[in-house]
Amino acid sequence: MTLSIIVEQLINGITLGGMYALIALGYTLVYGILLMINFAHSELFMSGAYVGLGTLTLLTNQDFINGLTKKVPFFSFLLPARAFFTSGTFGLVMLLLIVFLVSAIVVGLMGVITERFAYRPLRHAPRLAPLISAVGVSIFLQNAVLLWISSSQIPFPNPVGIAVAFTFMGIQVTTLRLVIVGTAIVLMVALDLYISRSRMGKAMRATSQDREAAGLMGIDINLAIMLAFFIGPALGAIAGVFYGMYYGSIVFNMGFIPGVKAFTAAVIGGIGNLRGAMLGGFVLGIVESLAAGFLSSGYKDVIAFAVLILVLIFRPGGLLGESVVEKV
Amino acid sequence: MGGGKMDVATTVSTGKMSRGKMALYALIGVALIASPILFEGFGMLFMTRIMALVGLYVMLALGLNIVVGYAGLLDLGYIAFYAIGAYSGVIIGSIAEKAMPAALQPWTFFLMIPVAAAFAALAGLALGTPVLRLRGDYLAIVTLGFGEIVRIILNNDAFGLTNGAAGLPRAGENLPNPAGMDWLGNHAIFSIPGVGPNGFNFMFSSNLYWYYIIVLLCCLTIFVVRRLDNSRLGRSWAAMREDEVAAASMGISIRDAKLWAFSLGALWGGVAGLTFANFQQFVSPESFTFMESVFVVCTVVIGGMGSIPGAIVGALLIQGTPELIRGFASSGIIPGLSAEQVTAISNYRNLVFGMVMVLMMIWRPQGIIPSQRRAAELTAMDAVMEKENESLYDVQHDSGRFGDDADQ
Repeated sequence: MTLSIIVEQLINGITLGGMYALIALGYTLVYGILLMINFAHSELFMSGAYVGLGTLTLLTNQDFINGLTKKVPFFSFLLPARAFFTSGTFGLVMLLLIVFLVSAIVVGLMGVITERFAYRPLRHAPRLAPLISAVGVSIFLQNAVLLWISSSQIPFPNPVGIAVAFTFMGIQVTTLRLVIVGTAIVLMVALDLYISRSRMGKAMRATSQDREAAGLMGIDINLAIMLAFFIGPALGAIAGVFYGMYYGSIVFNMGFIPGVKAFTAAVIGGIGNLRGAMLGGFVLGIVESLAAGFLSSGYKDVIAFAVLILVLIFRPGGLLGESVVEKV
Repeated sequence: MGGGKMDVATTVSTGKMSRGKMALYALIGVALIASPILFEGFGMLFMTRIMALVGLYVMLALGLNIVVGYAGLLDLGYIAFYAIGAYSGVIIGSIAEKAMPAALQPWTFFLMIPVAAAFAALAGLALGTPVLRLRGDYLAIVTLGFGEIVRIILNNDAFGLTNGAAGLPRAGENLPNPAGMDWLGNHAIFSIPGVGPNGFNFMFSSNLYWYYIIVLLCCLTIFVVRRLDNSRLGRSWAAMREDEVAAASMGISIRDAKLWAFSLGALWGGVAGLTFANFQQFVSPESFTFMESVFVVCTVVIGGMGSIPGAIVGALLIQGTPELIRGFASSGIIPGLSAEQVTAISNYRNLVFGMVMVLMMIWRPQGIIPSQRRAAELTAMDAVMEKENESLYDVQHDSGRFGDDADQ
């Protein structure tokens, strides 16, 4: 095992870890407030990739824009827009920002709607009810994409290209990887500041500590819960767009494995703990990549599950989590 | 807290059958035995197959019902036990068959039933032991992980035994026909001309053989599961499900109760798996995806957690309906359905399942045929919440109900 392979797998792992961390934040936010696993989160991540693909196609796909303009002349403004987005770094940055924004908002709203219709009526139901409901939402979303969009893999454009940003110890690091890790870190820092400094963040923290007491103190707990269901899926959606660019194609059931892994990451870090989810994402990404490098890649997915089971058995609170004492 | 609840509790505990109920059971029994003969005779061979598949789902649902319905542990990887039963039975069966005298070889399937059951139950213990301390959501995720690990290991041709994605038996090998199948196939043949458009031509097919085996196994499962529900263990499951801490302080060993639930639940999955492999004459990791686990959970939840008739109705709805549509469409009995439409229907099935799962949790969390004991508990809970101030009244009724349960 040469050093260069280790470095390569580390870089792989950090990139993957950035995506896992973004998805894991969604699990941990919701769990922190409602103590439920939003099983549909992986499908919201997948939806993010599809919305991102749609936006990218609308803004940059020459054939698509031509066809659209022919039918509806109103859309002719898309052609000069395309010229702007596909030329130069500034255009590219704006394009990415728009794609992320659209995808995050659409999927964030999907998260809010999911909460409103599938979870809120069950807030006082027995433990299993919201989980089963979440599995239902997950199956619904997956099959909605399968039926109404496509049942096969769709290629995903990579507007960042395969340019090499720099070479580190003989390993070429692409710009895309830098963009992924950079965006992930910026978003995480922003979220951390928002939750710890802002008024609404304080409200969310209060709601997660004690929902009833927070309500009595005049906090709109429904708003706080809705916000958690907006921010989490929005971050997941951005991870979905990155996932599409990184792997070059998306498919209706792409959410399952990254979803479970991101959940693992959230548990590794200590579920309910935002910084834990970030740490867990990177730890899992790196462990998995190294394991894939050292062992057979066929067992790559087994490793994540095995890590999850081991963490839950030996340190159920996670790396940064506190151990929760069961109250009667 | 009316008298109705008390009546429910008494019905749960007595287990005596009214005359009407016996007549109903007799009718169901006759229909189960006779209807596939009619279907086979009139050329609707696919019906036997569907009924056999539904039967397998009934077994799976009843097995999972022990874990989810009785013990209240959500298992999202239950299909792993189905897989373990199928693979262990087929692999060990093919090894044992070579060592057996020829006269014994047709009995391989029957000899492997306890083997598959034991392997699945051991796997249940292996899953149960490390997850004893986990609850609810965490448990669900770990079981999901377990299910995926099993599938991936099978898919990777672990130890050179499972033949990877190609499945078992390997090319050129086959599972032996069980005892009596060939004889019945050669002798149980008759025709009644002039009945129906093409006459009545009956031939004892292998599907029919497996159908009867599956019905027998289902009856066995129902019998055992019923006994379990009303046993000391069943009551400790119910107590644990409602409140683990309270149950533990009443002297119930949570560890034992959980391990029994996992292994006894897994056991039926294993038996069903072995039967499935023999019925299909083939087994591959493809049959054991996460979605299959979800469908079994759906069957249990939609039928009614903890309810035996519920599991049967759930299996009919979830496995039966789409297969029926597909069967009728592809046999040309419903004209004008194209292959694409049939695929679309089975795709919409999943979409509808997703919605039904959500709606079910909101409007009818107890399922189509709720378990009587659970229903009693649910109404009791509501009533307690509504009339918290009149708790003295409630407590008297509650103790009466538990008194009934303890009598049996």
